[in-house]
Amino acid sequence: MKFSLSWLKDHLTTDATLEEIVDKLTMIGLEVEHVDNPAEKFAPFKVVEVLTAVQHPNADRLRICTVNTGTGAPLQIVCGAPNARAGIKAVLGLPGTYIPSKDITLAVGKIRGVESQGMMISGAEIGFNDDHSGIIEMPADAPVGTPFAEVLGLNDPVIEINLTPNRPDCTGVSGIARDLGAALIGTFRDRAVKQIKGEFPCPVSVTIEAEALCPAFGLRLVRGVKNGPSPDWLQKRLNAIGLRPINALVDITNYITFDRGRPLHVFDAKKVKGNLVVRRAQNGEQLLALDGKTYTLDNAMCVIADDTGPESLSGIMGGEHSGCDETTTDVLIESALWDEINIAQTGRKLGINTDARYRFERGVDPAFMLPGLDLATQMVLDLCGGTPSEIVVAGAVKIPDRVIDFPVSEVKRLAGLDVPVADIKRTLEKLGFFTAGPNERLKVAVPSWRPDVHGKADLVEEVVRIAGVDLVPLTPFPRHADAFKPVLTPLQLRTRKAKRALAARGLVEAVTWSFVSKSQATSFGGGQAELALANPIASELSDMRPSLLAGLISAAQKNADRGSSDVALFEVGQVFRGDQSDQQFTAASGVRRALARPAGAGRFWSSPAAPVDAFDAKADAFAVLAAAGAPIQALQVVPGGPDWFHPGRSGTIQIGPQNILGHFGELHPRALAALDAEGPLVAFEVILERIPEPKAKPTRAKPTLELSPFQPVSRDFAFIVARAIKAGDIVRTVQAVDKKLITGVTVFDLYEGKGIDPDKKSVAVAVTIQPRDKTMTDQEIEALAAKIVADVAKKNGGALRG
Amino acid sequence: MADIATLEHELLGAISNAGDEAALETVRVAALGKSGSVSALLKTLGGLSPDERRTQGPAINGLKERVTQAIAARKDALAAEALDRRLNSETVDVTLPVREAPAETGRVHPISQVMDELTAIFADMGFAVAEGPDIESDDYNFTKLNFPEGHPAREMHDTFYFNPKPDGSRMLLRTHTSPVQVRTMLAKKPPIRVICPGRTYRSDSDQTHTPMFHQVEGLVIDKGSNLGHLKWILEEFCKAFFEVDSVKMRFRPSFFPFTEPSLEVDIQCRRDKGEIRFGEGNDWLEILGCGMVHPNVLRNCGLDPDEYQGFAWGMGIDRIAMLKYGMPDLRPFFEADVRWLSHYGFRPLDFPTLAGGLSA
Repeated sequence: MKFSLSWLKDHLTTDATLEEIVDKLTMIGLEVEHVDNPAEKFAPFKVVEVLTAVQHPNADRLRICTVNTGTGAPLQIVCGAPNARAGIKAVLGLPGTYIPSKDITLAVGKIRGVESQGMMISGAEIGFNDDHSGIIEMPADAPVGTPFAEVLGLNDPVIEINLTPNRPDCTGVSGIARDLGAALIGTFRDRAVKQIKGEFPCPVSVTIEAEALCPAFGLRLVRGVKNGPSPDWLQKRLNAIGLRPINALVDITNYITFDRGRPLHVFDAKKVKGNLVVRRAQNGEQLLALDGKTYTLDNAMCVIADDTGPESLSGIMGGEHSGCDETTTDVLIESALWDEINIAQTGRKLGINTDARYRFERGVDPAFMLPGLDLATQMVLDLCGGTPSEIVVAGAVKIPDRVIDFPVSEVKRLAGLDVPVADIKRTLEKLGFFTAGPNERLKVAVPSWRPDVHGKADLVEEVVRIAGVDLVPLTPFPRHADAFKPVLTPLQLRTRKAKRALAARGLVEAVTWSFVSKSQATSFGGGQAELALANPIASELSDMRPSLLAGLISAAQKNADRGSSDVALFEVGQVFRGDQSDQQFTAASGVRRALARPAGAGRFWSSPAAPVDAFDAKADAFAVLAAAGAPIQALQVVPGGPDWFHPGRSGTIQIGPQNILGHFGELHPRALAALDAEGPLVAFEVILERIPEPKAKPTRAKPTLELSPFQPVSRDFAFIVARAIKAGDIVRTVQAVDKKLITGVTVFDLYEGKGIDPDKKSVAVAVTIQPRDKTMTDQEIEALAAKIVADVAKKNGGALRG
Repeated sequence: MADIATLEHELLGAISNAGDEAALETVRVAALGKSGSVSALLKTLGGLSPDERRTQGPAINGLKERVTQAIAARKDALAAEALDRRLNSETVDVTLPVREAPAETGRVHPISQVMDELTAIFADMGFAVAEGPDIESDDYNFTKLNFPEGHPAREMHDTFYFNPKPDGSRMLLRTHTSPVQVRTMLAKKPPIRVICPGRTYRSDSDQTHTPMFHQVEGLVIDKGSNLGHLKWILEEFCKAFFEVDSVKMRFRPSFFPFTEPSLEVDIQCRRDKGEIRFGEGNDWLEILGCGMVHPNVLRNCGLDPDEYQGFAWGMGIDRIAMLKYGMPDLRPFFEADVRWLSHYGFRPLDFPTLAGGLSA
């Protein structure tokens, strides 16, 4: 919402400075976005006289003009505007002038081989108005060499406020003035509208067929008007806020739109055939609108039609056919009420933003429908003459009658601010509310222009915003008594520990989109219909991710494409198995690519470069599980994983087959290919919710530490086993030999190749034997070793390597 | 006697000339071995008169003693020389690089770091952390929060929807974390103090908007909390978060469907060549929206607005991260470019605490 300072002062008597007004506007909830003084902004653009204009030899659309700038010799300007012609007064920007709206600085240049020493500008080019049809034409008496804005009297600051959607009353300057008056920044001048008696019946009738979309419609004919340019003062008002004056009849509607927040429409009565009907558009019906574009309508939209078809898109934009121009002698003035939601939906669907839509979708003051029509009539009579008809009204204006029971203690209760009752009453009354009843419990009637005020809390807001939110005292907010308990849930703790643990292993945390493409979702176990967005922003962001891996693998590949080949990325975030709240899980996942190994990324002088392998991913998975509190001893690793992993080089981490915590390994080449990614690439994914909750313990004390006084013994065994035998099974066999004495079993060597049968391998384990109550004799140790060898032979088919 | 002196001279000379242990051993055998020269002299003692023995005995034993010591000394010297020689050949190039510790190269995303900072600050004020699902119902995301039917935020243009179910209802991606407030109010009796951080979504994508972003909201419900408390909490938060001694904040009346009165909050700052300093300067920067929870929202969540009251606020985590840590653009937050992450991310051991300073 834009208005000029002088316009505001039509409605507000005040001595306040611009700065005071601007500050107050912001502090009462009418946030000022910009204050512009066009005279300052457009100072470099001065009036020139076009002396000659001849056809450019090398371009059909260009003309070579000589212009008189008022000083020195005439300048040569190449101009492409259709209205550039000898004899007119125009506006020139000289070389060196900066045009902020285009971010260019003018310079002397050659245009198709002809030098141009400046630029004659259109209103749109410098952001003066939206007219880009040609260069600005100044009045014939405009003094050459004077800034054009000064000539147009634009030395009037323009204030633009960012209006919140709940304040339709402030879409008019008068409403803004009323707020400022309540805030004691001046005196609001409530300019009542004189009712105008019609001198003959309105010859055109109105029928509302779409009653839900149009509660009421007022119409009047003014016969015998003389339309033409509107007077200077009106043109200045409109120019100041960037509206291009068109003709008096149109300018009057625009003026009242901004002055009172009451949009109107004028039809050229001679172009309207028959009577008007307010109805839903037919599907496919077309309307050539005043912006010169043809819109295809549907039956969710509302039109005003005559016998020949739609003449206006209700409450949004008029039709070109019945628009008013200089030839108009009889004008139909429309003032109507429209359904807010329908206006918003229609405007959005058609992509039309107009000053009328802006107001109707917020909700105009129903009580001002007919006064607005009278105000417009008065201005038409004043500026264009003519004879007014009576008003015809279709439908009925319903003015809500809202009275709120308002204990004034609510102000203190909700806002913590003490405001004297007298001030509360004064504020509400200056805002147009009526107050009655006892001081402590007021009855407050809401004015027709405040559809946003429904209850006590709304009145508190009115009082507090006018009194000043800055007066609300800062009040310390003590913790309550049980505030020393931990505030994070187990899952929240797991999540943050998982992140730190993975970062500590050299992985870098990424945050990737929660949505992936349909094919990615399908490739990673998802793709359910219930997880597909109905309105994705792009086809590659269409489905909720079933896994973090698609995003991470793609990200790793993008980094590789940028030259960072050895990347290790992780993410801890939501994955989706369904659309219910218990089907969303928190995954901790990571990828390592190329040489991004846990000990460090890239080649290194002390060891040959080896690419990442499944065990790097396994180590990451176990690190994150340990950090998140998983019972590591209870975890089992079984070969294989979901389809997107290499079937022979991946594993599943589980606690029994029912509780699968996650997977790790090399990616399946097909999964990589589907993502246009190249390996070597390993990954893991664990689901934090699957980690069993630890049992609650009564104390924080750790179990007693038992230290044996006896020296532990270490024995190495190398077994030859079939290649298919899993090392983990051998370890378990050895552990089971004597669970008390054997405290450690570590695989320290694995060998396949020369000297060993091709279908066999050698697995060497170091076994730590911890004597418990006495030093063990050699015979006892040998007996235990023999049992280890025998059990591995029996359970795993292993033979001691000779 | 002359013989002994000569022999000693010869032997000591041979010892000091012995260039290695083998040569020294040869000298030792030649002197002290069974048929060595010193051993031969010792053997002569038996055939001497007591008088001669009295003089020759000490002389010969003295010789043996000195030769033995000289050999031992030479042996030590040779061993030391050999060690020196070996060590001199065992050099490493200490300028060769070592691997950087993984904890130095790994990074935590700024969003995670800022969430941990927020938790630290608000936990200290007695707030718990509440969470909820990203996929929400229209009811929790809009209706219970007092968004009227036909509100623009409900349009497909602004909100991501899933396809309608057979009963006509359709799920959506939450556009704010306010549904978590609803869930909290429905699940727990006041007093309530929670913050709700999380991912949020809007159908919006340009230079300054991404279809996914992060928000943190706060909610307080009890029987006495008012705007004064809200202002205090937010000011304390801003001081703690931006790590400045004082901030100047401006609370402006505004409008949100779910609060009444509603306020927007600006923070005073100075902009200087792309850097923002808080607690100084003349610019105002909008950082959050807040207000007293709308009576309709309380009612929709089963609370009597005449008995209970409270306030809520919300702000963009990505945005406050940008303001604090100086990232110029939002989009790279979600592009997983390791150059950006390594630069703007945080070391895993830099855990934010109030005791140590959030970013210390």
